[in-house]
Amino acid sequence: MKHLLSTADLSREEAVLILDTAAELAAVTDRSVKKLPTLRGRTVVNLFFEDSTRTRISFELAAKRLSADVINFAAKGSSVSKGESLKDTALTLEAMGADAVVIRHGSSGAPHRLANSDWIQGSVINAGDGTHEHPTQALLDAFTLRRHLRSGAGDLSGIRVAIVGDILHSRVARSNVLLLKTLGAEVTVVAPPTLMPYGVESWPCHTSYSIDDVLPDVDAIMMLRVQAERMQAAYFPSSLEYSRMFGLDSARVARLPEHAIVMHPGPMNRGMEISADVADSPRSVMVEQVTNGVSVRMAVMYLLLGGMQEEI
Amino acid sequence: MDSRARVVLDEADIGRAIRRIAHEIVEKARGSDDLILLGIPTRGVALANRIASAIGEIEGTQVPVGSLDITLYRDDLRLRPARALEITSIPAGGIDAKVVVLVDDVLFSGRTVRAALDALNDIGRPAAVRLAVLVDRGHRELPIRPDYVGKNLPTSHSEQVRVELDEVDGTDRVAILGEVEDGAAG
Repeated sequence: MKHLLSTADLSREEAVLILDTAAELAAVTDRSVKKLPTLRGRTVVNLFFEDSTRTRISFELAAKRLSADVINFAAKGSSVSKGESLKDTALTLEAMGADAVVIRHGSSGAPHRLANSDWIQGSVINAGDGTHEHPTQALLDAFTLRRHLRSGAGDLSGIRVAIVGDILHSRVARSNVLLLKTLGAEVTVVAPPTLMPYGVESWPCHTSYSIDDVLPDVDAIMMLRVQAERMQAAYFPSSLEYSRMFGLDSARVARLPEHAIVMHPGPMNRGMEISADVADSPRSVMVEQVTNGVSVRMAVMYLLLGGMQEEI
Repeated sequence: MDSRARVVLDEADIGRAIRRIAHEIVEKARGSDDLILLGIPTRGVALANRIASAIGEIEGTQVPVGSLDITLYRDDLRLRPARALEITSIPAGGIDAKVVVLVDDVLFSGRTVRAALDALNDIGRPAAVRLAVLVDRGHRELPIRPDYVGKNLPTSHSEQVRVELDEVDGTDRVAILGEVEDGAAG
């Protein structure tokens, strides 16, 4: 493994290895010295062309916990706002000796372009590209699912997960559907017809237009944010209607099996896709997802950068 | 096992070595209070458990046993592809002000122990760190010396020492494998 661009590239063994590695690295958080020397002398660049709070901080913290040097590059306030291209930005980073580039970009495929060009030699980690993929989010979701529903070991075979909301614009949904399928889980995506992607029938998952139909039969429900910033058209009549039809409130949570957990990749719109009381209830594991994100990203960086760089 | 392998310790030898090491640890520590045994995966953990139960028979106490994976502290990480991590479990109560005995199967270059000392440094501040190994085969590359040795085994650099323990390999045996590179009979 040199790059992490898509969860489709991960075999079951590789995915389980990442989760197992993350489980060991999670223990570092409980120690007095929360740092490992493993990536000392390596440079990781966070190249963020889109806004992000938790993903960027999470990657930064993960790299620092492994003793890598971190450079944060936000498009705002950089030469990109003067019209610099992705290629020239990448060449600049390469000239400065970046060993890994963590990229978030509004265009689907930008990380792929970066990894398969000769612009940079280091590893590329996709931190979310357009409406395509967000692999480390899916890995941290799988890690969280495994902790709660499989006592933290093995794969996710037999676990039933519903992903509800704006599937059309969601890179989190795409990455999760692919990864959870690889790990043996059974996924149902739930959305209004207008927010169901074209060609969803070819995805390795079930589809439904009704959240109420799937509630009693899932071990975990993952609520997605309604991405107003990516919506150029009217996908539903009103936010109140969306909330009534597809939002998770305490009445719907009561119809979930008792062991089922509520997940959300954040940032959430309280009162829209999830009600505030559900978000703050003990069933919700959102805060833990953030914590697990650091461990999973440490695992990815260790596995990509920790060993000998493969010759290509 | 390889036909060129020469068995140097059998099951009974290993049992005797572990009991002697247990006695020496207790003697030097004047009892078993404040002792912690940390095995280096995978066979060091099995040995640490055996030493702990031997100490239990001598002293009638239960010495805490843990596992310390040193992969992330290795100095040769960049020479090989990234490896899977082993389990690290530090006994509840931590290692601060305790006498930590590191346990490994073979002491060779000393680099594993160097990594283990670095790892310990990040976990806490023990009162003292000691080193117990089943086999010391020499060829040290760092100024590191074991406190408790099951057997000193003079070897040539090209030989391999293979430790097999029941918990991991289904049998108890230490063997020297002949010069593997040129295929000479051992």
